[in-house]
Amino acid sequence: MFDALSDRLDAVFAGLRGRGKLTEQQVDEALREIRLALLEADVNFKVVRTFVARIRERAVGTEVSAALDAGQQVVKIVHDELVRILGEQSAPLDLGSRSPAVIMLAGLQGSGKTTAAGKLAKLLRKKGRQPLLVACDLQRPAAVQQLRVLGEQVDVPVYAPVESGDPVAVARQAVAEARRLGAGVVIVDTAGRTNVDEELMDQATAIKAAVEPVETLFVIDAMIGQEAVTVAKAFQEAVDFTGVILSKLDGDARGGAALSVAEVTGRPIKYASIGEKLDEFEAFHPDRMAGRILGMGDVLTLIEKAEDVYTTEQAEQVQSKLLAAEFTLEDFLSQMQQLRKMGPLQGLLGMVPGMGKALKDVDLDDGQLNRVEGIIHSMTTEERRNPKLLNGKRKKRVAAGSGRSSQEINELLRSFEQMQKMMKSLGGAKGMKAMRQLRNDPDLAGQLGGGLPGGGLPGGGFPGFGDMGGGMGGAGGFGGLEGVGAGSTGPAAGRPRNKTVPKRKRKKRR
Amino acid sequence: MELLEILIAAGVLLIFLVGLLVGFVRTRRRGRPPLDDQTLDAVRAREPDVGGHPGAGLDAAPLEVAEAEVAEPEVAEPAVAEPDVAEPEAPAPLSPRERFQLRLGRARGSLGDNIASIFRRGLTEEAWEDLEESLIAADVGVEATMELVEGLRDRARAEDVRTGDQALGLLKEVLRLELSVSDRSLHRRQSGPSVWLVTGVNGTGKTTSIGKLAARSTAAGETVVLAAADTFRAAASEQLQLWGERSGARVVRQTSGADPAAVAFDSWQAAKADGADLLMVDTAGRLQNKRALMDELSKVKRVLERDAGPCDEVLLVLDATTGQNGLAQAKAFTEAVAVTGVVLTKLDGTAKGGIVIAIQRQLGLPVKLVGLGEDVEDLADFDPDAFVDALFSQVAQDVDIDDVDAEGVEVGDRDEQRSDLPPRRA
Repeated sequence: MFDALSDRLDAVFAGLRGRGKLTEQQVDEALREIRLALLEADVNFKVVRTFVARIRERAVGTEVSAALDAGQQVVKIVHDELVRILGEQSAPLDLGSRSPAVIMLAGLQGSGKTTAAGKLAKLLRKKGRQPLLVACDLQRPAAVQQLRVLGEQVDVPVYAPVESGDPVAVARQAVAEARRLGAGVVIVDTAGRTNVDEELMDQATAIKAAVEPVETLFVIDAMIGQEAVTVAKAFQEAVDFTGVILSKLDGDARGGAALSVAEVTGRPIKYASIGEKLDEFEAFHPDRMAGRILGMGDVLTLIEKAEDVYTTEQAEQVQSKLLAAEFTLEDFLSQMQQLRKMGPLQGLLGMVPGMGKALKDVDLDDGQLNRVEGIIHSMTTEERRNPKLLNGKRKKRVAAGSGRSSQEINELLRSFEQMQKMMKSLGGAKGMKAMRQLRNDPDLAGQLGGGLPGGGLPGGGFPGFGDMGGGMGGAGGFGGLEGVGAGSTGPAAGRPRNKTVPKRKRKKRR
Repeated sequence: MELLEILIAAGVLLIFLVGLLVGFVRTRRRGRPPLDDQTLDAVRAREPDVGGHPGAGLDAAPLEVAEAEVAEPEVAEPAVAEPDVAEPEAPAPLSPRERFQLRLGRARGSLGDNIASIFRRGLTEEAWEDLEESLIAADVGVEATMELVEGLRDRARAEDVRTGDQALGLLKEVLRLELSVSDRSLHRRQSGPSVWLVTGVNGTGKTTSIGKLAARSTAAGETVVLAAADTFRAAASEQLQLWGERSGARVVRQTSGADPAAVAFDSWQAAKADGADLLMVDTAGRLQNKRALMDELSKVKRVLERDAGPCDEVLLVLDATTGQNGLAQAKAFTEAVAVTGVVLTKLDGTAKGGIVIAIQRQLGLPVKLVGLGEDVEDLADFDPDAFVDALFSQVAQDVDIDDVDAEGVEVGDRDEQRSDLPPRRA
């Protein structure tokens, strides 16, 4: 996602951090890097220009001169500005009171409209709505069929009376059809078009006029370059969209287009498509995205995902087990299975502050997880509870059962044991205190979420995780978690503590 | 096994975190209902495709070679007929070059003159900056732009270039040199069906490009087989099937979710049996950072080549609107399947596709074809000169506007220019 951009900004601020007051020259140096990073991230050059000018204005002068830590201040300024451009707060879908509420999708060819339509339908269904998908892409061969298949997959009716003909008529009839079916939401998929194709742009305008959508969503590819601005403007003119869907955000494009589009159209990005599966589609959160850009992780999304699969009781149970070092392979297995319901492991870890970068080059594919699960599955319940039972003979059996080598079994057991030890050290007074603190301190959640720039910056280090940092290729310290460990200092806990906490990362064990 | 350790560490950390955070958040928001059935269903529903897509094994679904109505080339639809019939705005047959320029020009106003405006006032510092900006705005990329402009400035100094016209000539020369390549042809083999593998990220226009290429070949009297190895995206094989019917090419497909490598292999057998001239293998779009999917693609190529021998072309279909990520795409796909050429699609919009310059600089990958529109014959051979001209057209206008109206014009405000553009369809 925006990882690469945050790397660049990190590099800039690594130099700035701790230098005290910013000189004009330092600001210029940082701005140059920010400018380059943004351009390389495909932010439109004009947007970059205005962005950098604003940062400059704010960075040189009063705000910084009063600051104790100028680097932090610049981080905050950049962060605030990013959030401002990205839309301040997440904008929910506004379906109004009329039924059926019509949502229309528009965008360039290949931006992902049809897929987004299917995903949106699934999301709305999950929220208890009754959507109807309408096939108005009568241009591309088999687009109608694609929507039919998607409708089947997400179990939503599809109105697709014709394969070719007049999409405006189809859209109009669809509204009547929705009333007949009692569908509360109509999602109209339209044909992709280039912004200079006036005939098709007029058609989009006509469809919009015919169905009077409450929401018109502009679907744009996260990989798009400088043209994002021109294209978005043209679509705004033609269909005056109310929101944006950013597709293919699971790629490694830096996604500067998100900034460009939000800046020039003033329309909020409402959804982000984050995978090929139909439920890999989520609300876009500008504040989190800005946090992400600055390498602050995305703890709130993680929490939200977790809430989908965990209950309180489960969570509490896991906690106490973990901290009491009673966490067995059996628990590990069941927890892993729970976790995987939240999505690919790598994606999840990317949301942990400071982890995205550390794991950039590590490929945690779910196949490896399968192998680990396979090994544990091949153990008896007793063995899972008490791995010490596993003698040579049993190991051989497990190896044969899971199709892995006994060496791998040994590795797994050894690593697991290490983890247990680590957890034990965490489970001491300090850990429990932090936990209690967390529960009692209402401000901490926001801090964890990366509301403040300092909270997520590397350099802290969660007590006890220092060791692991080494094993994980230098995870960069879990800066965001600093607030957890130091919760006792109250509301300010999430603020930068980088200066006082010794760096524990890269303390290699091996 | 370092990785295993990392995995477990990561897992435990996540579990710990999640436990901590959920517990915390739950405590604060008591009263939220526990996991409902719908969520569970959603989760369950996702389970099957975990292994389905990336890891689909060789136990392919029962072979089902659907054949398109193998239309004789003579009865091909009018769309495939002579270009001058299907192109209402172009009554006289156009040379490919003219066509390219016309198409590009339509999106961008008049060509050529606009570059001149950059150096209108001579070789000022401002002019160089405008040039840099133009290149960046065309998605050429910061690094390549800096190097290009730097080199140009050096040469201008060394050759004592003073006038804007001279600088312009030099610029075009440099860019043309960047894009020069000895061979842009699509390779064919001496005997037996030639094999072209078509790859790219999602939504770049792979299937459409194949459809157009198939129409081109069948119109020339060749027998073409298309392999629907995109077994993932909904209705992808239907889309290819329609193109097959339109062009009179045979389409080899299997059920959705089948092993794409198996489809590719079967299609080769079919092409061989048919004595076809050309086999084009359509693959599912995949983002280049998805390891499992890239591995799957390598496997498709491996399995295909086992019997068919090396692919004659491995084409990367690249969307002209793509920004700097295009380079990452080219790198990853080249690594996975040794790409031999780029098909730059959707060049009929306002996008300039400048990233191909960076791609050719870094990877030596030439652009072989460009997609200029929705009609069958809108897939043209790449013309570097027209491309270079078009690179500057509209951007130069933007720069003008900035000059005239120093701060009044907001970002991206191109409405005036838009209305100047000739309508796309008569």
